[in-house]
This record gives sequence, structure tokens and C-alpha cells, in this order.
Amino acid sequence: MTPKLPLACLLILAALAPTAQAQATTPAQLQKTYEAAAAAPAQAERGRVFFTSRHGGEWSCASCHGERPTGVGRHAVTAKSIDPLAPAFNPRAFTDERRVEKWFRRNCKDVAQRECTPGEKADVLAWLQSLR
Amino acid sequence: MTLTKTRTRTVLLLLTLPLALACQAGEHEGSARIAWPRAYVQECAACHAAYPPQMLPAASWARLMGGLDRHFGTDASLDARDVQQLGRWLQDNADRRQAASTPPEDRVTRTARFERKHRQIEPATWRLPSVRSAANCMACHTGADKGQYSEHALRMPAGLSARQRAAWDD
Repeated sequence: MTPKLPLACLLILAALAPTAQAQATTPAQLQKTYEAAAAAPAQAERGRVFFTSRHGGEWSCASCHGERPTGVGRHAVTAKSIDPLAPAFNPRAFTDERRVEKWFRRNCKDVAQRECTPGEKADVLAWLQSLR
Repeated sequence: MTLTKTRTRTVLLLLTLPLALACQAGEHEGSARIAWPRAYVQECAACHAAYPPQMLPAASWARLMGGLDRHFGTDASLDARDVQQLGRWLQDNADRRQAASTPPEDRVTRTARFERKHRQIEPATWRLPSVRSAANCMACHTGADKGQYSEHALRMPAGLSARQRAAWDD
């Protein structure tokens, strides 16, 4: 039993260590960057519609994150729990640009069969930040 | 090769087999003895329990890491550096039993070992809302997120019938 403990501690420490490549940011800062790239202001309502709609495929963003992602979501296939996306309910959400870009890339391909545009990302971010 | 030599070799193999199997079982069921790279947990465990690398043979890991953009119906792509680093680590720590054959679709849940260990689980149990997927290890294996699959860390998933609960320890 005892040999497990140090390893568990090591794993926990490793998980807490700040990532070397993390690019610290804030949800508001990210939204600004996407708005600049889209050359248009974000619209939260458009973000809500994008998030909760299927885009010709099997899933919407809400399939895993929930219709109102202020609580813990559940992966549609593996049932693994997913932290809340709304920044008011999860201070870590949208604070690492590299991570945000990775998940937008993957999940937009799963949901929309293509990458999301900067405008779509800005809209979704605006809506998520409006959730209280 | 003479018949005697072949026979000696077979006997030797048979003698060492139980030991080899016992070591293998220890690797699966004890704690994860090797340290997992942080990126492995961060990337893989975001969607499913990060499987101990010993659960699949090297050829399966190579195929999985080569097709992460089409990973069981989802895009799980990583940047090239992570693919290379984690791919090498998985190769180094994969199931090394010579007889380890690659499971259908390279699924951990289709390996001979997984199927043997779960042969008494009824189909209805897999479909419980608290389980839903054979990849949802944590539904029963409470240490799965740390690579621990010991029978001591098992819990009954919510929603089992009284009969199933009574049969749990069998």
C-alpha cells in the first residue's frame, strides 16, 4: 500500500504544475482577439444558437457540455464528466489560449465538420460569459 | 531443430508462463508503477480514463496515435510534438507479451483480457445511465483515473437491481 502514496502525490503535484506552453489569457481578452479577427462585434444570442444547434451532424456543443453549460457536462460517448464552460462557474475556463484553440479545433470538427470561424468563437464566448 | 530440443523449449516456456502472467496481472491491477507523462493525463483523460499503456500492444498504440484526428468518431488530434512524445512513451510501455494480439479496432474494451475480466457483467449493466459505455471505467473502478483497477477499489454502479447487487461479489 505504502508505495502507492508517494506516486499518488507525485501525480497530483505533476497535475498542479503550471504547463510550460500555457498561454495565459482571459475570456474577455480572447473574445476581443476573435472579434478583431472577424472584424465584427460578437453577439451572445447568435452564440447560444450556435452552441445548442446541430450543424448537420449527430452532435451539438450542448450534447456534451449541456444546454446551459453552467454545471458539469457529460461526454456523449464515454460519459466522462466535463467541467463547466461558463467562466462564472469555472475560473479555469478560457484562460489558456493554446488549450482553447485545441478544443475549438477538435470539437468544431466533431459538431460542424469544419473548424469554427473567429466570428463563431467570439459569439460563443460572449454567450458563455453572459451566463450567471 | 530436433524434437527433444523443441520439447525442452516448450517445457521451459510452460514453466515460465505463469510467472510472466502474474507479472502482467500485477502491472494491470496494482497502481500505475510507471509515472504517466503529464500530457498523457491532460490530453487523454479529458475524454476517458487514461488507460495504462500495458492495456494494449505496441501495434495498437501506433495505429491509434497515427489516427487521432479520427479517434472512435471524434477528432482527438494533438500537436506533432505531443503525438511523438506520447507515442514513444506508449511504445516503450505497451503490452509486451509475445502473444498479445491486437484487439478489434484497437479497442482496450475488446482485448481478450478485458473480455475475460468482464465476462460476468450483464449487457443491461453496460447500458445503465450510470455506466453507458465500457470506456467509462470510473463507473465501477474508482481508481481508474490513477491507473488502478484492483478489485478492492470497485464500487457498484448506480441502478443495479437487487439480484445484481446480491451477485456482485461473485
